[in-house]
Amino acid sequence: MTGPQASLLPGDRLHLHHGPIDLIVGVDGPTRMASYAAATERFAQILPELVEELPALRRARVERTSFVGPVAKRMSRAVRPYQGVFVTPMAAVAGSVADEIIAVIVGSHRPPKAFVNNGGDIAFHLNGRSTFSAMGPSGKMTINTNDPMRGIATSGWRGRSHSRGIADAVTVLAPTAAAADVAATLIANAVDLPDHPAIRRTPASDLSPDSDLGERYVTTDVGALSPNDVARALCRGHKFAKHLLNDGLIFDAILSLQGTVMTATAPIEKTLQGIKANA
Amino acid sequence: MNRPEKIRCDACPVMCYIADGKAGACDRYANQGGKIIRCDPLTILDRRIAKGDEVRPFLAADWDGQTASGDDVVVSAIGAGTTYPDYKPAPFIVSREIEGIDCVTVVTEAIFSYCGVKVKIDTDRHLGKEASPVRADGEIIGHIMTSEYGSQMMSLGGVDHLTGGSKAEGRKTCDALLRLCNKEPVELIVDGGSNVVVQAGQPPIVDGTPEDRMRVGCGSATIGMFASQWQGLVDEVVVVDDHITGVVSEHQAGKVIDWPDTGIRILGRRSTPGRYFKVAEPGQGWGGTDIEDPLQILGPWRPEKGAKPGLRLLMVSTTGEHSAYFVLNENLEPEKQPMPPELQPSVDLITENCEPALCTVLFMGGAGGSLRSGVTKNPIQLTQSVTVGQTSVTIGGAPVYRWPGGGITVMVDVSEVPDGAFGYVPTPALVAPLEFTVSRKSYENLGGHKGQVRALDDVLQAGGEYGSDARVIGAAE
Repeated sequence: MTGPQASLLPGDRLHLHHGPIDLIVGVDGPTRMASYAAATERFAQILPELVEELPALRRARVERTSFVGPVAKRMSRAVRPYQGVFVTPMAAVAGSVADEIIAVIVGSHRPPKAFVNNGGDIAFHLNGRSTFSAMGPSGKMTINTNDPMRGIATSGWRGRSHSRGIADAVTVLAPTAAAADVAATLIANAVDLPDHPAIRRTPASDLSPDSDLGERYVTTDVGALSPNDVARALCRGHKFAKHLLNDGLIFDAILSLQGTVMTATAPIEKTLQGIKANA
Repeated sequence: MNRPEKIRCDACPVMCYIADGKAGACDRYANQGGKIIRCDPLTILDRRIAKGDEVRPFLAADWDGQTASGDDVVVSAIGAGTTYPDYKPAPFIVSREIEGIDCVTVVTEAIFSYCGVKVKIDTDRHLGKEASPVRADGEIIGHIMTSEYGSQMMSLGGVDHLTGGSKAEGRKTCDALLRLCNKEPVELIVDGGSNVVVQAGQPPIVDGTPEDRMRVGCGSATIGMFASQWQGLVDEVVVVDDHITGVVSEHQAGKVIDWPDTGIRILGRRSTPGRYFKVAEPGQGWGGTDIEDPLQILGPWRPEKGAKPGLRLLMVSTTGEHSAYFVLNENLEPEKQPMPPELQPSVDLITENCEPALCTVLFMGGAGGSLRSGVTKNPIQLTQSVTVGQTSVTIGGAPVYRWPGGGITVMVDVSEVPDGAFGYVPTPALVAPLEFTVSRKSYENLGGHKGQVRALDDVLQAGGEYGSDARVIGAAE
């Protein structure tokens, strides 16, 4: 069995790898190497901790389960607001790991800027005049210290995790990477055309026997869709995203399907609330 | 339905159950036929491919531990994953040393909507009229181009067939292109012409008959090439060919070496001295004609022009597959005799000079704007850099020809690209592994995604930052 690995990439970024987890960590400022050391030390424990509680983390409706590991706690907290839809804490695993590492970095050294990219699900920290920028389907996004979001995540059927929907990519900006992760997953699931003949689906358990989705069907291929179908599918996702925006769970969502992009932004009062919460 | 066997992977603490043919949560380990294999989505090509050895996927188990820097290693984009639409940097930007320069290889799997194949089919048979539609599975996927020397050309695919027509046309086109690029056979039917099975690197099968050899030249050209080697060994040579049958005593090549007249008479339409059209109908006999007995193309011999008893005649086809030796009797009628040993080498020489008839498939595609943005922040600079030769482009490690002019439109011989390298997306469009190699300094000047550059060893050890969107799994031992 291979243990956790840490290596320094060109550009003085840190690559942490263990099993299915790959993190790219960037820290600005004089405490960079000290921050990396703290991140590496914490990282070594992450996967063993998760594995301890994996069976419970793969179950839906975990309100009554009390988790021990800090990452598992982040995961269950992230899915708690979603009543009435099928979701397990695993939907937030990538974002929660990113949040945990960023918390360790900020807790130990408070650098001006840091980010943890977990396969596209990104947690970041900003201080002072720092900004964080990322490319999304609708162009470059730049986030300032005063903005309320500290997490970005992307989900889609072409991505690494299975999706029950047909979105090529749904990118979400939220207060944390865990919140963004679960929201992106669920919005991408909602971008869908049930029973459309051009969409192929397979039970998740046929693809990954221990998938938390069990025998639920996941998308394996999406044929060419008419502009009308594209719009219908995106509108379903958009409608779901609107609920999350109105509830203050996320701040922005960018939905893309076969070249068409639709965006949704939180009402201004929710954004202001988020800014206050951050301050 | 029979569920595939699943096994437990012990490569990391997650201990995934993995079904046969699937990868675990990490996308690094997979179950192949009940065995856990390493399947890093990155194929390493080295000089072995040049020697014709199998391509070696990077497996932890058989990695020999040698440092992979150096110009003997090509990092291929096969299985690198794709970030379509390309708003993220390409999946792998690898730093390695080439001749002392810190080089950067940008490795991505590019999606080509603007793509097709040009097919060269070595055959003397007429496959169809120029511009005739070519069909696969009933749908028009391309057309007949020009005839070249000993070959017929086809253009298949292109964006109009892929996305400009009906859905069925697009799907069949994509399917045929994918199979051709992956060196699989495809049956093509030319409207008003032949049925051809085309497979890269294999002889074409025309209307059910596999082609064997390309003729060395037409009958007339064969005379030109070998006249001097026959002189003194035989009195007359006829090279039988469906296109132009040649006669050495009348041919210019014989005249210049003072070959004497023989009084031979060919039943066919004379073009110029010693060159005859239409001695027979096309067929499976001598030299692509329907001739089984070559004497049927000869008329009565003329004594006034030099025919005499004992005159020695060699008849041979343009590929050397057919040959016979005759001697004129008292009545000036050719009688078949055993081939004299001194003549056999000249017949063998014709055969040796005939190349095997093959189908060759060139993939042709253009790298679009979004792809280039995955490579640098200022895409036009990449185009310009490729144009001036500062950045080299390869597909699956194979060299490409870049069509001059604007844009990045390239052609590659699919037989040089590792097996199974091409894929597709339902758009429909082909996915091909595409690599840009540039010195690190130039890459930074190009506005490259400098922060994404990783050392070659690191990519080999750790794989890609974005996992494997394409889930392409390398072949295993």
